[in-house]
Formats: sequence, C-alpha cells, structure tokens
Amino acid sequence: MNFVLKIWRQEGTGSGGAFSHYEVRDVEPTVSFLEMLDTLNEELTESGQEPVAFDSDCREGICGMCSLVINGQPHGPIPGTTTCQLYMRHFSDGEEITIEPWRSSAFPVLRDLVVDRSAFDRVMQAGGYVTVHSGPKPEPNSIPIEPEVAEEALDAACCIGCGACVAACPNGAAMLYTSAKVSHLALLPQGQPERYARVTAMVEQMEEEGFGSCRNYAECEAACPKEISIKFIGRMNRDYLRAALREPINPRGKMESQ
Amino acid sequence: MSRLLSLYRSTLGKKAIVAVTGVAMLVFLVLHVIGNLKAFLPDPQLGVPDIDVYSRYLRSMGTPLLPHGAALWAIRIVMLVALALHVVCVVKLARINHAARPIRYHRRRFVEATTAARSMLVTGAILLAFLGFHLLQFTTGTIDSERFVEGAVYANLYRAFHEVSIFAIGYVLAMGILATHVYHGAWSLFQSLGYDRPDRNPGLRAFALLLALGLFVTFSSVPVAFFSGKMPVPPDSKRVAAVKGGG
Amino acid sequence: MDLDARIPSAPIEFMWDTHKEHLRLVGPRNRPKYRILVVGSGLAGASAAASMAAMGYRVDCFCFQDSPRRAHSIAAQGGINAAKDYRNDGDSIYRLFYDTQKGGDYRSREANVWRLAELSTAIIDQAVAQGVPFAREYGGLLANRSFGGVLVERTFYCRGETGQQLLLGACSALAEQIHAGSVTMHTRSEMLDVVVIDGRARGIVVRDLLTGKLSSHAADAVVLATGGYSNVYYLSTNAKGCNVTATWRAHKRGAGFANPCFNQIHPTCIPVAGEHQSKLTLMSESLRNDGRIWVPRQASESRSVDEIPESDRYYYLEERYPRFGNLVPRDVASRNAKEVCDQGLGVGSSGLGVYLDFRDAISEYGHDAIGARYENLFEMYERITGESPWNAPMRIYPAPHYTMGGLWVDYDLMTTVPGLFAIGEANFSDHGANRLGASSMMQCLADGYFIVPLTIGDYLSRHPSGDVTTDHAAFSDSETEVRDRTERLLSIQGTQTVESLHRELGRLMWQDCGIARNADGLSRALDEIPKLRERFWNELRIVGSGETLNQSLEHAGRLADFLEFAELMCRDALVRDESCGCHFREEHQTSEGETLRNDRDFSHVSVWEHRGMDHDPKLHREALTFEALPLAQRNYKT
Ligand SMILES: Cc1cc2nc3c(=O)[nH]c(=O)nc-3n(C[C@H](O)[C@H](O)[C@H](O)COP(=O)(O)OP(=O)(O)OC[C@H]3O[C@@H](n4cnc5c(N)ncnc54)[C@H](O)[C@@H]3O)c2cc1C
Ligand code: FES
Repeated sequence: MNFVLKIWRQEGTGSGGAFSHYEVRDVEPTVSFLEMLDTLNEELTESGQEPVAFDSDCREGICGMCSLVINGQPHGPIPGTTTCQLYMRHFSDGEEITIEPWRSSAFPVLRDLVVDRSAFDRVMQAGGYVTVHSGPKPEPNSIPIEPEVAEEALDAACCIGCGACVAACPNGAAMLYTSAKVSHLALLPQGQPERYARVTAMVEQMEEEGFGSCRNYAECEAACPKEISIKFIGRMNRDYLRAALREPINPRGKMESQ
Repeated sequence: MSRLLSLYRSTLGKKAIVAVTGVAMLVFLVLHVIGNLKAFLPDPQLGVPDIDVYSRYLRSMGTPLLPHGAALWAIRIVMLVALALHVVCVVKLARINHAARPIRYHRRRFVEATTAARSMLVTGAILLAFLGFHLLQFTTGTIDSERFVEGAVYANLYRAFHEVSIFAIGYVLAMGILATHVYHGAWSLFQSLGYDRPDRNPGLRAFALLLALGLFVTFSSVPVAFFSGKMPVPPDSKRVAAVKGGG
Repeated sequence: MDLDARIPSAPIEFMWDTHKEHLRLVGPRNRPKYRILVVGSGLAGASAAASMAAMGYRVDCFCFQDSPRRAHSIAAQGGINAAKDYRNDGDSIYRLFYDTQKGGDYRSREANVWRLAELSTAIIDQAVAQGVPFAREYGGLLANRSFGGVLVERTFYCRGETGQQLLLGACSALAEQIHAGSVTMHTRSEMLDVVVIDGRARGIVVRDLLTGKLSSHAADAVVLATGGYSNVYYLSTNAKGCNVTATWRAHKRGAGFANPCFNQIHPTCIPVAGEHQSKLTLMSESLRNDGRIWVPRQASESRSVDEIPESDRYYYLEERYPRFGNLVPRDVASRNAKEVCDQGLGVGSSGLGVYLDFRDAISEYGHDAIGARYENLFEMYERITGESPWNAPMRIYPAPHYTMGGLWVDYDLMTTVPGLFAIGEANFSDHGANRLGASSMMQCLADGYFIVPLTIGDYLSRHPSGDVTTDHAAFSDSETEVRDRTERLLSIQGTQTVESLHRELGRLMWQDCGIARNADGLSRALDEIPKLRERFWNELRIVGSGETLNQSLEHAGRLADFLEFAELMCRDALVRDESCGCHFREEHQTSEGETLRNDRDFSHVSVWEHRGMDHDPKLHREALTFEALPLAQRNYKT
C-alpha cells in the first residue's frame, strides 16, 4: 500500500509549525500505524532529515503514551483503539493521511506530534488518591464490595490518561478524564472519607490548568480508546455540586491547625 | 452567599447556573405557550377574545394582595435575571473554552456531537436577538407601531401574522431555532446538574426531544394558523379600545 | 567483590521479623535530612518512593516517560499472587515459597523467596486500601484465579489490566507525596550515570530528554527500580523504552550483575508478522486454561485447519505432560513450541507459530461461557491480526518477556555498591532461573512498599546525612563523561539507523541466546557482538541535535548499552554449563528433552564484576543453600 502523509512539524513549544508532506510506499497492511511512522523515520534519517517526533511506549494500548489526531480523529478512525493498535489495513491504498498533535492549550506541543500532558498528573496530585501510607491494613474481605460496584469503579479506573478526550473536545475540556478519576474512588468504600474534598480539589486543579468546560457533545466518549462513558461526568457534577452546596466548607480546618 | 459565589467562579458551577436558569426559562416557555394557545379558544364574552382576557388576568394577577401588574413584573424580573445569568455564564464559558482550544484541527471529523449541540452558541445568539424583536413587537409595540394596539393581543396577532407574511415565516423559523436549542439544552441540563444516568438517559433524551418538538409545534401553530387565513377576523377596534380602557 | 547476602540467622519463618527487629532506625525528626533518589516509577519505584516519602525522607523520583504512571508495569495483565488461601485449597506461605522455588528451578535465595511469600498477603491489603478495584465474587469478597505452573488459585486480578490498576494505586500514593512536597518528580529524565564517591553511591547524572541538559543530583542513597532488559532482543513484550541503561551503568560503576542470562520467554505471544514489527504482544497466559495447543503432525500439512482430523493434530503438551497438560510452566511451554517449530511443524506463513485452539472449549462450555472469560483477549487478538479466534485457532509463539537476572542484591536489597539499592525487575533476587506467572508484581510491590523503606533506614542510620553536594568533582567528571558519549554518538554520521542496528542485535541474541542455547552458538555470538558494537560506533547515523527532544539519540544511547550488555549475557550463558529453568543448554537435557540441572557445580548465583571494556569481566559466585526446601528435579510430568 502507498500513502501520502501530511504531518504537522514543529521545532519546539514557542515556535510555529507547518504541515509537511511525505510519501510512504509498499507498506504491508499488517504493519501498525506507528510502525509505518517508524519506517518513515528510518527513511528520513537515511536521507539526512530529522525524523518525526511522536510519543509511544507500550505499543499495546495501555500506557497511554501514544497520541496523534489522524484524519481529524484522535487515535484514528477505529473506535476503542489507541494509535499504537491501529493497523494500516484500516486505511485505503493511496489515501492521504493527515496527522496532527493533540490540540489544547493545556497540552502545549513540545515537538512535532509530542505534547506535554503533565496537567493530567497535577490534577491527580490535587486529590486523586486515598490517603493511606504503607503498612498493615485491614483485611480486605472485612469490607465486601458488590462486584457490580467494583466493576463500575474499574470501568472508570481503566482510563489510560492519553488525553484523547481533551483532544477530541472542541472545548478542550478534561471532564471525562477528571470525572473518571473522581468516580473510580467515589464509587468504592475506600474513597468515601475524602470523597467531597477530592472532587473539589481535582475540579479546581482541572480549571487552573486551563481546560475548557463540558458542553455535552460526547466527542470525548467517542474518542476514548477505553470507551469510558460520559456518565461519569454527570456523576462528578453531582458530587461537585453537592460538595459546593451541602458539605462543610473547609472540613479539615480544625484538624490542620492541631 | 460565598458558596454561590464560589460556585459562580468554577466552570462546573457556571454550568449548573446555566442549567437552572435554563429550567426557569423552559418553565416560562411552557406557560407562555399555554397562554398562546388561548388564541384558538372562542370568545368568552361577546367580542372579547379569550387570549385578551388572559392577558388582562396576567396583569391583575396577585391583586388585591399585590398592586396591579406587580406579579407580572416580578415574573418579568425573574426571567430577566435568569436570562442575564444564562447569557453571562454562557459567554464566560465560551471564552474559557475558546482559550482552552485556540487552535483548530486542520481536518476534523465529529463522531457524536450533534449539530444542535455544536450550534448552541449560534442558536442562543439568534434567540436572544429574536427575543428583543419579539418584545419590541408584541410587548412595547415599537415595531410596526401603527398596527399595534396595547392589550388587544388577538388583534395584534392577527394583524402581524395574517397581514405580514414575513413575520409568520420569521416566527416559525425562530421557533425552529428555539427547538434546536431546547433539544440539546433540555437534555444537557440533566448532565450539568448530575441527574443523568445511563438507564435514565434514553428517557431524558426522549423528554428533551418531546419538549423541543412540543414547543415548536405549539408555538408555531399560532402564526401558521393566522397566516393560513383560517382564524376569525378580530372584533372591531372600538370594542377593543373599550376593553383596553376597562382593563 | 563482597557477596555476603547478610541473611539473618533465624529459622526461615522468623527471619524477616527478626531482621526487622534488629534493623537500625532513623528517627522521624531525622528522616527529612536524608535525601533518596529513586530511579524508576514502575510498581517497584513508585511504591518505594511513596512509602519512603510518607515516612519522612526527602525523595526525588525519575522516569523517562512523560508521567510516572506510564512505566512499563502498566502493561502487566494477568494478576498478582498472594498466599491468602481464600479458596481453602491448601495454599499457604510455605506453598507459595515452594512453588516459587521450584518454578525458579532452585536458583534463587531461599531467604528472599520466603520473605516474598510472607509479604504477599500484605500487598493485597495495601492495594485494596488504596482503592484498587480487584475482581469480586457475588458476595462481595475478593475473587481468585489460577495461573500456569501451580495447583492452587491464588491470583488476584482486575480483568486483564491488573498491572495498570496496581500501578495506578502506587502512583496515587506517589501523587499524594508529590502534592505534599515530599517527592520531587522528574519526568522525561533519563539517568545516565551513578556517581560513586568513596565507595558509596552518592548520586546520579540525569539527562533531560526535552532539552538535552545534564543535571547532577546528590543524595544519601540511590534506589534503582528501572525494570528489565528484555529489549536486548529488540522484539519483546516489553515497552519500546525498556532498557538496561541504568543497571548497566551502575554495573560499570561497581555493582555486580547477577545471572544476566536468565531471561524468560513467554509462550503465548502473537507471532511476528513482518520485518517492520516493533514489538510483540503478549496474550494472557490464562488462555492456556481453556485453549488447547497443537500443531499438525505432518510437516508437509497442506490442508486447512478445519480439514485436519483429530488424529493428525499433535497436542504436544498434553501428550508429553499429562498432569499439567497445557498449563506447564512458561519455560517448558516455550521450549516445546520452539522444538515443534524446529521440526518443521510450525504454522503460519513464517512457520514460527503454534495453534491455541478454543474449538473444544467452545463446544464444551458454550460460546457465552468462553466469551465471558476471554472476550477482550479475543478482541485484542483480532484487532492485531485481523483474524477471529472464534472461527480459527489463534496462532501463538514465544517471545522474550521478563528478565530474572539483574543487579545482585543482598537480603536488604542493596547492591555491591553501598548505598545503591535495586528493587523490582531490576534486581535478580527472587525468581531464580524462571519466574512464575503473577509473581513479578508481587515482588516489585513487596520490595517497594515493605522491604526497601525499612532496610534503607538501616543503611542511612550508619552515615551522616547530606554530607555530599553536587559540587564534588565526581559529579562534574561523570557529567563530562556522559556529555562526551552523547556527542560521540551524534558525531558518527554513518549510514545505519538505530532501529536497523538494534534489529540486528535482536536477531543475533534470539538466535544464539534465546529459548535454547549451546556452546557453539554462544561462542559465535561472543565473536559477533563486539563486531556489531564496532559497526554501531562507526556506522550509526543520528540526525538532529542533542539539545532538543531527539528520540533516535535516546534510543542510540540505550542500544549502546545493550551492545555491551549482550556480551555479558552470552558469557554468562556460556559459563553456566547446565540447563535450569529458562536457561536451556542443549548439551544438558534429559532423554525426554527436559532441563538437566547440575546442582553440584552450579547451585550458585553468578555475579559479574565489570573491569573495563578492555578486560573480561570477573565471575564471582554466591553459593545457594537449600534448607527449607531440599533440592529436587523439577517434574511437571506426573
Ligand atoms: C505484557 C506483560 C505482562 C505482564 N504480566 C504480568 C502479570 O500478569 N503478573 C506479574 O506479576 N507480572 C507481569 N509482568 C511483569 C511485570 O509487569 C514487570 O516485571 C514489572 O512490572 C516490572 O516493574 P518494575 O517496577 O521493576 O519496572 P518497570 O515497570 O519496567 O519500570 C521501570 C521504570 O524505570 C524507569 N527507567 C528505566 N530506565 C531508566 C533510566 N535510565 N532513567 C530513568 N528512568 C528509567 C522507567 O521510566 C520506569 O518508570 C508482565 C510484563 C509484561 C511485559
Ligand atoms: S503506546 Fe502505549 S498506549 Fe499506545
């Protein structure tokens, strides 16, 4: 198969970028999308041109490192699939393929197709945990959890943090990501003590990072390689509003001064 | 109060405000359209259209406890505040969203987002303009003032829609836009308030669709009916003036 | 080289408790004065960094990915073992110890393995408290499944993404500490040297992958949690970035490297499809619970799968190992697959594949039951190959997966360089010559949550805190070395890409130091590797600069280390003139083709000392003793 690639090239964060066109020939349909780019990069190197920078690591759809907006869709055209799991047989011979980086001001482009997603980590650091330190813990079977609840928590927790939801959202919102993280712990008994403090802190951080707000387009859900449901957004909204309107303000105030 | 302020500061809070004010406006719209449908009812007293009676009632609502017109003004103020909050929050959110995604994709394929959802800002802006027009036409009578007689609702409708076809067409179009806006808004507000859930969502979606269609059909029926010429001619204007004086 | 493992003198059941009671402690007020560098943010690194920071130490954590949560541990699928005996099927600490020792073919240190089994249960408690959503029974209690090579059900799991959930748990603990300011996280940072001053590890030199800037970090102790080196084969189940760089450079600074030739080849991976393949995908081992493995009996088979009658299907594992059948340990399954393919019975276009067939399971249990168990794995297979396992058997082939070898550590997980600790897959300690399924995550987390946070205190308490800064000449010397090396890589300007040279190394290693090895092949590899290294340093081409994100340059640095390390691996494989676990020397096999150990000469850990690239490394031996579990020939047949 042959393809024309139209790839966004950009030197660094501040510098401007532009599309470059490349041709790749005789690509096997069994080759993955990233392997096709690997081959392109080898050819570029051999001819003395700088290879295209793109992120990837596990190449099996779990680390969340790979990105790329392919023909206008984050992670390409196949639902529930990361870019690293995309194969060239999903494209038609001779096609022109446009490849762009994630676009969001919270994810500045670092180089070519590589973006900075550390905003996601800071949202987690703001409260995405249960405060427990290493050491003896209660016997887990002393707190039974209905399997359906554990499964739903896992549906949220299986987020790979790739940022496709933000990339897909015309509003640059990180609601699917944040809500999946919030809901994972909000659903489990272990997450209850910090439930409202957590949602407040994480939402505040999310906004501070410059993500946009949800308009309920559901593009995030469609782009999510783990097919995480937008139902978690409503769940988070509920918890957030509850925390804002009903829960005590600064519940830890007294404890912290102790 | 500080809670409400902090809510206003966050995007999730602003969304909630948009949702709550949206609900208020939807309730208003439903009441409004019920009133409109009175245009189809026969005259209760000789020569006084039912809808004119209703309009009189609106003004006298709450009397004698409240001064004449006070309740109506209260509703107007509430609606105005709701509208203002709705618009201010939406504009602020739109700014934030634009700042969050300043660069567009060279190529973009939408998968889930409906046209209704993506055009909320545009439909909202048109509706705002339409609202201004509508108030100038039927409340203050500034537009087309030679035809307008205050308090003679039926006659005003008749003249506007029967005699000026562009008004009828314009209103139906505007109602189409309203329906599009309501179709996404009435569904989306449940999410903003955290009431959506997968098992409820088909119901919520259907509700939004029905509401949007219902509003469209009922609101449009009035201009269409007048336009079609099937509606009776209003009673003569002297009587109308008498009614007006008595009200 | 001092190879005293410092095993406490106490009966094995009480060893760890006794040891803990006698460890020297650093008081809570003093802990913030000590700075610890943790390199790696996988299960081992994240859990260690979070635990030590929570105790009060000042911790800096480094990873080369853009987020700690993307460490390769995220990809672990099947589950994690723990001797909880929830199933009432006779499990116990002893039995987990027994299975691990036996599975490792008696090439690990008993004291460490016992401790691992002992701590296994606390890991589950810890993870659940963090909110890891393990699978549950209808009654709300934790569910278990079985994994290859054992006869009890002790594996805890979250669908096929257990590693992800455990790592997210550990990373959430890490996030809490980052937020609290007790951990400073350095992402997209690659450690390129360990700085040793007066015989103690005192810091590291790190390259910022975005700007190319080098920075020095001084500390009171350094913990390496940098994972395994399976990518020496180029194609493996590991993430593309996995490398030997950190442990190799530590080795060059004096840390002994133990059993480098012990690496595990996982039996159930999707076969190679073509030349440009960049990695191999593991299919969960749990597939072997219901799938039957076979090849056609005739090498010349030309019929389609459906047309091959039962009598012409060679279910080689079931025939050879009636008791364990398709559930033999990984090394046995892999070796048998290679063997039948070598006989020309392999399937698929390359002839390097065997069938994993669900036909019988589907007809016995029904489509729904099998779907409930394997639906997502079937989907994954179909996504990659474009073929549906519902219609035709899967094709699988072994692939390099896990490295049991690693930096030598004592009972306290300290390497031969005082102050340099190694945890997780980066050390050698617990899995002998073969690791059982679902045991790696257990080891990483035992090391990180429970062992190193305590044992490091014992070391630190013996030394004053913060007495070295980066002003010390050793740091600038090391930075200069690292800088020179990077510049050298950029200045070669030859014709070969990093990928092509790495592929060459991979082919060579797979050929001569893969599933089965022999003296001839290993000697040949020992000749070839230096030549390839030579070519690398003469023919490599990297475009771009060292001052921006340059992924070829990163890769080249890692390949340069692999090219040195590969030689040590082959040397170790050659010297270990016996077969054990995954290390199958063709010269040493039973008449039935099983591994034949030589306990008299090889009941030891081989620990290599680096003496410069111009000299051969020196071999040291740590003798292994077998008291709790006497040596026995592994037997999965009856
Ligand atoms: C596909 C697959 C499935 C598996 N399934 C299971 C399973 O079901 N059960 C089980 O128990 N085990 C399983 N394993 C094995 C297990 O996942 C690994 O052995 C384990 O996760 C290793 O963890 P680690 O913390 O030691 O290292 P890793 O998770 O590999 O982390 C290494 C860390 O070191 C960092 N690093 C490396 N080099 C440098 C450097 N030079 N500078 C800075 N940072 C560096 C990396 O950034 C990373 O953060 C599986 C492995 C694979 C490949
Ligand atoms: S590279 Fe890990 S998810 Fe794609």
